[in-house]
Amino acid sequence: MKSARIVERPIDVLQLIAAVEEHRYGAISVFLGTVRDTNDGRDVSGIEYTAYIAMAETEMVSILDEAETRFGVTAIAVEHRIGSLEPGQLSVAIAAADAHREPAMDCTRYVIEEIKRRVPIWKLERYKDGSHEWVDPTRTYPAAV
Amino acid sequence: MSTVTVQLFASYAETFGNSRLEVPLEDGGTVADLIKSIRSLPAGSKLPDFPRVAVNRKLAGSDHLVASCDEIALIPPVAGG
Repeated sequence: MKSARIVERPIDVLQLIAAVEEHRYGAISVFLGTVRDTNDGRDVSGIEYTAYIAMAETEMVSILDEAETRFGVTAIAVEHRIGSLEPGQLSVAIAAADAHREPAMDCTRYVIEEIKRRVPIWKLERYKDGSHEWVDPTRTYPAAV
Repeated sequence: MSTVTVQLFASYAETFGNSRLEVPLEDGGTVADLIKSIRSLPAGSKLPDFPRVAVNRKLAGSDHLVASCDEIALIPPVAGG
C-alpha cells in the first residue's frame, strides 16, 4: 500500500496510520512536520503553502517507489497540506510500516528529505510585522558581521 | 513559430503578475530557447539565469525539445515540508 497526496484539508494522522497498519508489521514510523512560529529570528504568523499539484503527487509517488527499493518498505502513506496554515498546524505527515523499526524509520527520514529537496511545493511565509516572503532554501545570506 | 503555454507558480507567478505565460517559440525549440524567450519578456530579467523547467511534470534539461502540446512549468526553488 503506497499513497501520496496533496490535500487542502487538515491531515488526519490516525487515518494515515490506519492506512499502513497490518498485523504482520511490528513497527510504524511517523514523521509530522508542523509550522514553526519563528524563522531566521522573525516571528511567523502563518504560512501559505502552494503546489504544482499534478507534478507534486507524481514526484511523491516516485519518492515512495525509491523508498521501497532502498528499504524494502511497501506500506507508506504521505499527505502534504496546502493552503493557509497557522503555527502549530500540521503541514506534512508520513507513515511507514514494516516488520521491523529500522527500515520504517529510515523510510520516513528518506521521504521527508526528498520531499523538501525536490517536490514542487512552496511556502509564502507571513510575519507578525505584516511583511511576507517566499521561502527560498537555495538563497545564501550574507555572513553576519 | 508557435506559442507555448507556461505555468507559473509562487515567486515566479508574483514576478510576472500571472499564473500563465504565452511564449513564442520556434518549431523544434528547446528548453534553453524557451528560457531565452521568457527572459526577453517584461519582468523576465528578474528570473535566475537558468530557472528549472518541468516538461510534462518532469524536470527537463536545457537541450530538451519543447512542443506546443507539452505541459510546461517554471519551477521556483522548492520549499515543502
